[in-house]
Amino acid sequence: MTFAARPRGLTLAFAVAAALALGACAKNTADEGINAAGAAVPGSMQDFAVNVGDRVFFDTDSTELTPTAQGTLEKQAQWLTRYQRYAFTIEGHADERGTREYNFALGARRADTVKNYLIAHGIAAGRMKTISYGKERPVAVCNDISCWSQNRRAVTVLNGGTS
Amino acid sequence: MSSLFTRRAGLALLGSVALLPLVATRSIGQDANPEITIRGGQFKPVPIAVTTFQSEGDLGPKLTSVVTNNFNRSVYLAPIDPRSFPEQIDNPDQQPQLDAWKTVNARFVVTGRTGRSSDGRLQTDFRLWDVTSGEQVAGQEYVTDPGNSRRVAHIISDAIFTRITGEKGFFDSRVVFVDETGPKERRRKRLAIMDQDGGNVRYLTRGDDLVVTPRFSPTSQDVTYMSFGSADPKVFLLNIESGQREVVGNFPGMTFSPRFSPDGDRIVMSLSQGSSSNLYSMDLRSRTTTRLTDTPAIDTSPSYSPDGSQIVFESDRGGSQQIYTMAADGGGARRISFGEGRYATPVWSPRGDYIAFTRQRGEAFAIGVMKTDGSGERILTEGFHNEGPTWAPNGLFLMFFRDPGGQSGARIFMIDLFGRGEFPVPTPSYASDPAWGPLLG
Repeated sequence: MTFAARPRGLTLAFAVAAALALGACAKNTADEGINAAGAAVPGSMQDFAVNVGDRVFFDTDSTELTPTAQGTLEKQAQWLTRYQRYAFTIEGHADERGTREYNFALGARRADTVKNYLIAHGIAAGRMKTISYGKERPVAVCNDISCWSQNRRAVTVLNGGTS
Repeated sequence: MSSLFTRRAGLALLGSVALLPLVATRSIGQDANPEITIRGGQFKPVPIAVTTFQSEGDLGPKLTSVVTNNFNRSVYLAPIDPRSFPEQIDNPDQQPQLDAWKTVNARFVVTGRTGRSSDGRLQTDFRLWDVTSGEQVAGQEYVTDPGNSRRVAHIISDAIFTRITGEKGFFDSRVVFVDETGPKERRRKRLAIMDQDGGNVRYLTRGDDLVVTPRFSPTSQDVTYMSFGSADPKVFLLNIESGQREVVGNFPGMTFSPRFSPDGDRIVMSLSQGSSSNLYSMDLRSRTTTRLTDTPAIDTSPSYSPDGSQIVFESDRGGSQQIYTMAADGGGARRISFGEGRYATPVWSPRGDYIAFTRQRGEAFAIGVMKTDGSGERILTEGFHNEGPTWAPNGLFLMFFRDPGGQSGARIFMIDLFGRGEFPVPTPSYASDPAWGPLLG
């Protein structure tokens, strides 16, 4: 199950990161982390979003970290270790195929799972906060799994950035 | 802020008196046998003719349409099409022509009038006629502030509904809900309140903060709900008359899924800490909090039994969302849902006889009811996404929301306990999380 979901998760992660980068280009200047050549400046928020990946995805009603998610979080931990100046918030989300109240708890659990993973990889707990949005803030809206699988996510939002 | 919280002037009726039949007939008391027995769901709707209330201007037609619309959604009463009425009522105090009404199979005829009295107040009266016996079986006159005309229509609807079915009314009640606008990725959500038929919509918050799951106090003009905006989303308490708002309790983490106790003295809710969510209650007077569950699981959607002695809630402690009951002070949790699928959002009927729930099975979300021991499960409606049932104050009807998915949005629906009739509740935009309040009385 987890294994089968990997290729799709990867594709989505890239697509989202690319979209973020484009969005930033449109309004942005070098101080948001894009250099003259259009690449992300190391240590910038863009660098984190594009080269590390700011989010991990979960299976339906699951809080387990897939191997893909663990890979992303290991890169997040390395990056956050190198760039100590950032504090951040981990946002937990659920897809719309669940009831509202439960989804708040599920989103909280997903955020907590990521938090614990990052702590275990040397990031100070004091740098991070968590929040759950349940199913209130989907990123993809349609009536099939291609959207739901993008919405079951935990996003590491650097302070000053937006998800 | 003040414009949002316009006081509903003179909510209380100034007076009401029983209207005696003008022509002496055998006296019929309010304890007369009901026309139909609706418990069990085996009944035939009772045909009733609601004739236009006499008035100057459109007061009478408006009141008549509110009453008729109520009955159309009541399942138990079947209003007769006015185009087939055999006579025009000239004097609402006089017995209608029984033989004529029998030809259109009317079982009851309602007559009435409404208008301003000399001191500017609204005076409305109705009479309910039994076509079979020819007797007036109910009659009442109401005097009130002119702003209350819809309420008078609801009160009359309740009086007639109760007289015919022997059941408590529910029309004179309000529903708090979440108004939804904007794209689905970034919904603007506002608390709003309306009459149970969708009339008199009023917004309670501005939409700056994301708000969800409002619940009515059974005893006061307060609503409890979950709001984002601070560091952790929290349960709030809002007085809908004054607009005063406060955080409920001082909990270290996100609080959500609040609901009042039947006496209105407490709020029970979930607190998220780490990967678990547990149930707590808070006494609104003493501000003391009590921890009710202590598990690594997700415990949420608590709802008190009407006598306040038990709480029904959902938990994934057994591996997936299921429904449990326990004593109101915690302890003795017992699983009651054993069907296939995930069971969520249990709500105890105000009559105490059923628990309504959302059931997720495969790709379908259903609204159903079960007895309080989990037996007798009955699904009332099932589809792509139905969620969040709430009971009418008489325990005979439910509202819930339905979302067809995609970029469209949720709408509120009403259904009866036996699933015989389902009706959309009109709202200005998309709407979710309905919570039915008590009879205004």
